[in-house]
Amino acid sequence: MSAKTLYDKLWDSHVVRQDADGTALIYIDRQLVHEVTSPQAFEGLKLAQRKPWRVASMLAVPDHNVPTANRAAGITDPIARLQVETLDANCAEFGLTEFKMNDIRQGIVHVIGPEQGATLPGMTVVCGDSHTSTHGAFAALAHGIGTSEVEHVMATQCLVAKKSKAMQVKVEGVLGKGVTAKDIALAVIGKIGTAGGTGFAIEFAGSAIRALSMEGRMTLCNMAIEAGARAGMVAADETTIAYCQGRPFSPQGENWEKAEAYWRTLHSDEGAKFDALVEVDAAQIKPQVTWGTSPEMVVAVDGRVPDPASAPDAVKRADWERALAYMGLQANTPINEIQIDKVFIGSCTNGRIEDMRAAAAVAKGKKVAANVKLAMVVPGSGLVKAQAEQEGLDKILIAAGFEWRDPGCSMCLAMNDDRLSPGERCAATSNRNFEGRQGQGGRTHLVSPEMAAAAAIAGHFVDVSN
Amino acid sequence: MRKFTLLDGLVMPLDRANVDTDAIIPKQFLKSIKRSGFGPNAFDEWRYLDHGEPGMDNSTRPLNKDFVLNQPRYQGAQVLLARENFGCGSSREHAPWALEDYGFRVIIAPSYADIFFNNCFKNGLLPIRLDAEKVDALFKAVEANVGFKLKVDLEQQTITAPDGTSYKFEVDAFRKHCLLNGLDDIGLTLQHVDEIKAFEAKHRAAQPWLFA
Repeated sequence: MSAKTLYDKLWDSHVVRQDADGTALIYIDRQLVHEVTSPQAFEGLKLAQRKPWRVASMLAVPDHNVPTANRAAGITDPIARLQVETLDANCAEFGLTEFKMNDIRQGIVHVIGPEQGATLPGMTVVCGDSHTSTHGAFAALAHGIGTSEVEHVMATQCLVAKKSKAMQVKVEGVLGKGVTAKDIALAVIGKIGTAGGTGFAIEFAGSAIRALSMEGRMTLCNMAIEAGARAGMVAADETTIAYCQGRPFSPQGENWEKAEAYWRTLHSDEGAKFDALVEVDAAQIKPQVTWGTSPEMVVAVDGRVPDPASAPDAVKRADWERALAYMGLQANTPINEIQIDKVFIGSCTNGRIEDMRAAAAVAKGKKVAANVKLAMVVPGSGLVKAQAEQEGLDKILIAAGFEWRDPGCSMCLAMNDDRLSPGERCAATSNRNFEGRQGQGGRTHLVSPEMAAAAAIAGHFVDVSN
Repeated sequence: MRKFTLLDGLVMPLDRANVDTDAIIPKQFLKSIKRSGFGPNAFDEWRYLDHGEPGMDNSTRPLNKDFVLNQPRYQGAQVLLARENFGCGSSREHAPWALEDYGFRVIIAPSYADIFFNNCFKNGLLPIRLDAEKVDALFKAVEANVGFKLKVDLEQQTITAPDGTSYKFEVDAFRKHCLLNGLDDIGLTLQHVDEIKAFEAKHRAAQPWLFA
């Protein structure tokens, strides 16, 4: 038998049927559900008088619309409240397990899936959210889908799909001080562009990836979609297996033994062929900061805002000019001279316990700069929050002048009250710096938690590798 | 789903790359639990001068006259001409819902983000991939000719300009079949119920922990 990639193995083990043109039905093991992209799917089921195929495969949680402060008062925005109540009602009607807003297990869907063991190696995982690629960190085939597909998976347990091409992103070597998985992700996107991974499933490999914790691998796979790839993945190893052990949804006893043996096969075989290969030297990666309105508009913290005159073509030049105008930046400005107004630490990219620890380590014994109007830390889940508090991280952050909030998507996409005002500049650990993403007219610079915390203290970007 | 067969439609050019789904329909409108009514808020932040929120009377909001969608010559456009990586970012199907509700039936661009591309086909919207040079030529033609229309024939897989220039395009056989006939995917998949059940039984035997 020929050598298979991890992607081949995951795909082949889930094909229910395949047509001659490659259109396949693939079986879905886990569907995660949140309030924003599910109401129309549930309504579709009701209109067609259909029932979910396998209710136990679904896990639901409200995350996008939930407030991160004064949660006991409920959601004040009546439209947002109705959306969360609609999720509650649909879960009750169809029998889905749901972690409601005030459950300690509530959190961002891509944080709670792995935390609960609801995401496991070898699974196919979908969710009506593009950052579902996160779950690929567990050697799972995971990708975001639209609401029509959410309904389709609910009704049939399958997804209509065609196999993507396979790309290997190989990161060899040792990361420098202060350089994180987030910086790997941004450096790769800077190299291949936001459409570089379109049509591909990316496997991240190499010694620098194997050295990452599960949290780091999740950060990396989370950002695969920002490179255009619907799915990112990392082979299973001891780190993966150790993370999965003992979680509420993880297998136990005899099933654990069987599962573990199977999971150890979830890697690309020696000699497996990829359609594309990207190689990155870990030692060359510096802390990254985006300067524009697309994640590919990124430079190292010791660099400068680029000059549109040096853009490779006319379309890019126009994009860069528009981005600089929107961001209120001059070409050639050193990145470390850019002053910030707000800091956001959290999101499905960087809202996990290691991210909280990294921020607290930088902030310990220091104070948020006077020009920073708001520095907020939003844990990715109630359990991350509890763990951080047990470790005393909340006290360190609060003493430094950060706000310590309740879990949710928060200012990553600003669907709730957490948002930038027009013109405000933010150092954010989230995943998208699109125009208006964090609030209309808001200016987002994507960075790692270390870099965000350091920027909060200094009032401008600083190089944490120094 | 609405069928798509033939269209002779006015073309609107949107000359920027990497147009993301946050731009196509901003997050505040995603609070709706319906799948219709998003058209007046398509490209909301580019289209209006004020900040839009759900429930506003959009007909009284100040328009950004510089934005292409508001220019008189493009009123009633059904074909959206765009650049690379159209529809990137969030998986929100509200983006194709908004474009379709506004009145677009066809998008022409050199490339699309995967999830957005998929979502279009579920909503009677035809996204066509065309080489960057051809898209560039179409941008020039639209610019030069007020009232520029394109004939899009899905059955023949052709786009035809008023001067007779014709472009062939590729489309997946399955997606084409669904669009031409307005077919619901779920109904089609459920024709394979026995195969799904057989697969599930085999899968359960191999990985029982997934079903515990």
